[in-house]
Amino acid sequence: MSQYQEKATVTRVEQFSAKNYRLTLDSPQIAGSAKPGQFVMIRAGFGKDPLLRRPFSIHQVVGEKQIQVYFKVVGRGTDILAHARPGEILSVFGPLGRGYRLAAASPAVIVGGGLGIAPLLFLVKEICHLKKDCSQNLIILGAREKIEIEPLLDDFRQFGFKILTATDDGSFGHHGVVTEVMASMQLPAGCTVYSCGPEPMMAGVSALCKARNIPCQVSVESVMACGMGACLGCSRPAKDGAYTHVCLNGPVYNAEDLLWKN
Amino acid sequence: MEELMSKKGDLPDLRVNIGSLELANPVMTASGTFGYAREFENLMDLHRLGAVIVKGISLNPRAGNPPPRIVETACGMLNAIGLQNVGVERFISEKMKYLAGLNIPVIVNILGDSLAEYEEITDRLAGVPGVAGIEVNISCPNVKKGGVAFGTDPAMAAAVTAAVKSKADVPVMVKLSPNVSDITVIARAVEDAGADSLSLINTLIGMAIDLKTRRPVLANVIGGLSGPAIKPVALRMVYEVARVVSLPVIGIGGIESAEDALEFMMAGATAVQIGTANFVNPRASEEVIDGIREYAAAEKLPSIRSMIGCLHRS
Repeated sequence: MSQYQEKATVTRVEQFSAKNYRLTLDSPQIAGSAKPGQFVMIRAGFGKDPLLRRPFSIHQVVGEKQIQVYFKVVGRGTDILAHARPGEILSVFGPLGRGYRLAAASPAVIVGGGLGIAPLLFLVKEICHLKKDCSQNLIILGAREKIEIEPLLDDFRQFGFKILTATDDGSFGHHGVVTEVMASMQLPAGCTVYSCGPEPMMAGVSALCKARNIPCQVSVESVMACGMGACLGCSRPAKDGAYTHVCLNGPVYNAEDLLWKN
Repeated sequence: MEELMSKKGDLPDLRVNIGSLELANPVMTASGTFGYAREFENLMDLHRLGAVIVKGISLNPRAGNPPPRIVETACGMLNAIGLQNVGVERFISEKMKYLAGLNIPVIVNILGDSLAEYEEITDRLAGVPGVAGIEVNISCPNVKKGGVAFGTDPAMAAAVTAAVKSKADVPVMVKLSPNVSDITVIARAVEDAGADSLSLINTLIGMAIDLKTRRPVLANVIGGLSGPAIKPVALRMVYEVARVVSLPVIGIGGIESAEDALEFMMAGATAVQIGTANFVNPRASEEVIDGIREYAAAEKLPSIRSMIGCLHRS
């Protein structure tokens, strides 16, 4: 598996809401080898503070040479990246980790929450490439409010999957959370669930899938310093009680392999 | 090789000796920041390293601490990994063959909870092909028993050194803790106990608090601070220790560039270790080697060895 440290040029900065941004980067080597669910580590600047790279899932590969990351400003690192200008150079390292394992024969149910929507666009695109008929596939997107979903909808719509939404404030789609949407409906027979979102959401999705005997893959988040197995900072309890490392063994796991807090 | 090195011009001599251990250049990778080297094989040219120091090994495998294990701080990071490692047997059977094939000196960092454990690990490593040296971790602040006591008490530090020396068939480097009131006291005690070299500093103990949860960020509460934030402290300690011991000293602490490395050499370090910088830039150690070479060439130094401890001679 090849990984690259690229000096990527920022080509586009989009602001979708007060704190949500999308960066487009010229990163041909990473774009050429990335798989859905994999991530990159990006340096916010080149100085000593902030020191560490920040992990971002790959939102999508655009054309053959560009990647996008979609993120929320949560601290200094993301704030610096949100203020990047087109033409600026960023150090990007990737693609890293194990992505989603696509089950080509099985209808896809894609469940995303909040910033967890980020890697799912790339996934949907790839599933669409694999399948002839996408009408059976379903996307369920959840967030706190409409503004966190709506700007991305056109990108998702182009693949012809059925899309359902849920918001905490009821401003867009179901008033509530994505697991309620899932629980209220009959999912396509023989489907595979692919999920990414906040921990409680994925714990819920995982539990629901387990109860219905549906295979479920989740992409989890962790703090990490290196992203490639050297620092051992991104430990997470696995089902067997041992620690798994999100950067190497994840970020995508079979939900049943992880230990979930209920 | 010798001929090439001694030629005038664009190839300054970067070789240094740590006792009987000859390094092609003074740049090593610090334990716990470079895995077992293989993790970096596609990201840099491992063969160029002066030496590689692998993740600390204990007698039995250790699972490490619960998450969160790391947090970034100003110009640095705190870690409380908890000495997670595969244990000495799996290290030898699964990791050592690859490492030995790199044809660079491999220094195995070891740690233990008791003198007997240190002795047993050393004994187990004796005669293992490819092991060029042992670095003794007497200073890791993360495990509640063991580490801290050894590194902060001169008698205990000396006892561990003597225990490892009694079983080792390769040079022994002892890695000192900065979390003491006078590091030169520990350094002297370890020298007297027979260490072949000293490496310093390990991480400085610190903590961070999450305002939202009103709890420590790290599950372990405290962790070891590393990165550029600790460089001035490390440099001062290397300077102090180099002044009072006659052993080779290896400088560690926030080194990211050739400039940083050269400062440590001038303060008395024979070689340096690159740690946290590996996380940010997997090629950091190679870039430091290149930078040292450029400096030596620009300054027309026949050998980089003339920089070692030059501060103490002026």
